[in-house]
Amino acid sequence: MELLGLSPALLALFVSFGFAVGVLFGFFGMGGSFLITPTLLILGYPAPVAIGSGLAFYFGTSVIAVLKHYDVGQVDYRLGALLFVVLSIGIELGSRLVFGLEALGIAGLVTGVAYVVLLAGIGLLFLRRAYRLEDAEDDDDEVSDEEIPPVARKIQSYEVPPMLSLTSGGRASLWTILGSGGGVGLISGLIGVGGGFIRMPAIYYLIGTPLTAAVGTSLFAGLFSGAFGTFTYGMSGGVDLAVVSLLLVGSALGARIGSAATAIVEEDDVIVYFGIMMVLASAGIGLSELANWLGTGALDVLSVVLLVGSSFAVASIILYQVLVSAEGAETDTQSATDSKG
Amino acid sequence: MIEFAGLPPLAQATALVGVVFLQAVALYVGYGILERVASPLIDRVTSASA
Repeated sequence: MELLGLSPALLALFVSFGFAVGVLFGFFGMGGSFLITPTLLILGYPAPVAIGSGLAFYFGTSVIAVLKHYDVGQVDYRLGALLFVVLSIGIELGSRLVFGLEALGIAGLVTGVAYVVLLAGIGLLFLRRAYRLEDAEDDDDEVSDEEIPPVARKIQSYEVPPMLSLTSGGRASLWTILGSGGGVGLISGLIGVGGGFIRMPAIYYLIGTPLTAAVGTSLFAGLFSGAFGTFTYGMSGGVDLAVVSLLLVGSALGARIGSAATAIVEEDDVIVYFGIMMVLASAGIGLSELANWLGTGALDVLSVVLLVGSSFAVASIILYQVLVSAEGAETDTQSATDSKG
Repeated sequence: MIEFAGLPPLAQATALVGVVFLQAVALYVGYGILERVASPLIDRVTSASA
């Protein structure tokens, strides 16, 4: 029996995996499409379909994120519009590169290797942050949301014309914007990630806007570039709408729960698990690439377990902590009522 | 699911973006309504069983 062209097992997998990814996205603010594309690759979807569907999923989650934060804080609309154009050009170039690599028969390999490096890098960064949190006694090094980081000020000091005025008051070279936006767009189009986790730091550290404006502008530019990525891959039939829809059904619910969990569970308590999950996901994709290279499917199950299983495990840890906190709060209320009585 | 195959590529891609957009809006609104309806019900069941 098949529904939407998928077996019941795959159908359940996509909805539940979407839910787990949604919990992670809602809680950590990242972890959307960069878990989807490699999973689709391991499940045997062609690279252009895995990437296109990952971008379409990212677009859907961006729409939900913008609806949730319709007051997206400070948005530098001129910078956002310029970034959208540059990101779109980068995505277009990245997608052409993917189809070129696909013609050579190495798109899956290139994308897989890029993901191994990317996920391991992000995972190690999170583990480092978790290690530092253990050592830190206080939060004195927290930066103000309105502050521009020193590295961005240094870049802004090299006045390479034409210079553009930013809403926040600073000035940035058009070449910095073209370079950082184009680079992020190229990565998005090449490996099918929304790129929020590199776009926001690029706006903050390279272009040099305050953090609040970087978040809002990144969300604004990301929504439109996500739509453009979906359109670009959709033109060549590279988006599996059934898969995207099922993932969105799960993730829209998961994101609500994950977002609500931020009020109950401390991010610092679970950040180490997120780092471990990323490293395991990277290992899963590495194993899958190794299996392809060896010409055996024996490691495929292990790859899926590492990639999907680690996401489920971290989402479950967050939900478990929510339940424990809720029970604790209920017990406290009960004892307070009993002592009053 | 929704058959776009008969359409030219430009229309296919535009329809795809539209469908994903509408689905995301519908899910956001739908789960929002569900949350509003379900929360008081869950509270009532919890307080009744306590």
